[in-house]
Amino acid sequence: MAIDKNSTGYTFLFSIIMVVVVGTSLAYTSLSLKERQNANAADKKMMDILGAIGIDANRTNASKLFADYVVERVAIDMGGRELLATSSAVDPKDKADPFGIDVKKDYRASVKSAVKAADGDEAALMAALSEDDLRFPLFRCAKDGASLYVIPMVGSGLWGPIWGYVALEEDKTTIYGANFDHKTETPGLGAEIKETFFTEKFKGKKLNANAAALFTVTKGGATTDEYSVDGITGGTITSKGVDEMINRTLKVYYRYFESETRAQR
Amino acid sequence: MSTDTAAAPKKESLFSKKNRRLLSDPLDDSNPITVQVLGICSALAITVQLQQAVIMSLSVLFVMIGGNVIVSLLRNLIPDRIRIIVQLVVVASLVIIVDQVLKAFQPDISEKLSVFVGLIITNCIIMGRLEAFALGNKPGPSFLDAIGNAMGYAWILLAVSIVREVFGSGAISLPGMGQVKFLPSEWFMSEGGFYENNNLMILPPMALITVGIIIWIQRSRNQSLIEEN
Repeated sequence: MAIDKNSTGYTFLFSIIMVVVVGTSLAYTSLSLKERQNANAADKKMMDILGAIGIDANRTNASKLFADYVVERVAIDMGGRELLATSSAVDPKDKADPFGIDVKKDYRASVKSAVKAADGDEAALMAALSEDDLRFPLFRCAKDGASLYVIPMVGSGLWGPIWGYVALEEDKTTIYGANFDHKTETPGLGAEIKETFFTEKFKGKKLNANAAALFTVTKGGATTDEYSVDGITGGTITSKGVDEMINRTLKVYYRYFESETRAQR
Repeated sequence: MSTDTAAAPKKESLFSKKNRRLLSDPLDDSNPITVQVLGICSALAITVQLQQAVIMSLSVLFVMIGGNVIVSLLRNLIPDRIRIIVQLVVVASLVIIVDQVLKAFQPDISEKLSVFVGLIITNCIIMGRLEAFALGNKPGPSFLDAIGNAMGYAWILLAVSIVREVFGSGAISLPGMGQVKFLPSEWFMSEGGFYENNNLMILPPMALITVGIIIWIQRSRNQSLIEEN
């Protein structure tokens, strides 16, 4: 070959061709597998929601069980007003469907920075997010004749995002079940939030509507009461993240529950 | 030696004695894990269950073969100054493809392997073989070298994961079959029996110890591997 392999021009040419080839092939792979991956993600979401109300689903029966147990899907806004309620079959492609609301994406896009800026000031957080048109999904399930409310939530742990689902009983103050997951928390410490020994502690605990914090995840090893659970020892920041996530999210839903009770009177 | 992209060298048979050694050496005498001590991190992390080890081994096999063959085909075109970057891009693209395919077809195992699929990129075995072998050899031998090294990695992974899963969980799992518990549940202490799983086996240190035992056995059989001093 006559071209000088070590010339700058050749190096640039090689790099450009390489980037184009690699970029095209990866984009093609990603696009052609997208549909399957989305279906898997939807199944996983259904499994998590069912898990919060104590139904053990797997990938094959998730959508059937979801249709059986979840009787209504509601979307509410930041102020607790109901935007949409549906009980039709889930259509993963429908953007308006509350099932399709991507709370993780919303959190990444706007909530995360607002939480940081507000630094615990609830009014400031409300004001910061009021223009963002955020929608919050709520899943009403029927199990053994009682209504259960499953609330998805997202927050920040030590290294990355954490998320979970909390199920409330019909009285909307007792926690029926919860599950949490994380992306990159430290194994053995913060990562323990996804283990059952931690999520079991939430069962039967209550939300304190009269206090500043609805619910507290204490520092690992501290004593707990009806309205709090013991955090993970050595996973303090992750535990705090769970605490912040629960309080911030549940307050939005509380406004909805309150307005709903007033309407019934 | 200008634009040689033939799949196999013509003079030398693909399965000549020299080429066969490319396949067999990494299994034993120059095993990437037990002798060269490369790729240890992933070997410790994902050997809790056999099914994870199987999927991981297949992923590494695919990336290894793809990387070695592609780099070997391009070896006369790659500018020297950016060869490491080129190798990295080739490996990274293959790893991303593996990751995407796993997410689409094996979502549960993909979740368990989590970051370790992505970390195949940093697996020293792969970059090492690209730099040391594929860059200077034809695609045929590179292909064999890739299979040899990936299998050398795989058998250690499989052996360690079988030991850890059998003694740690009392079960064996294969992709698509789930976990099969082979001990009757009455035997377990929680059910009033006499047997208890060894939880230490589940923890990462036990992987290191198991690898250590394999190294011990290997070196006592093959004294030439023992370093002097």
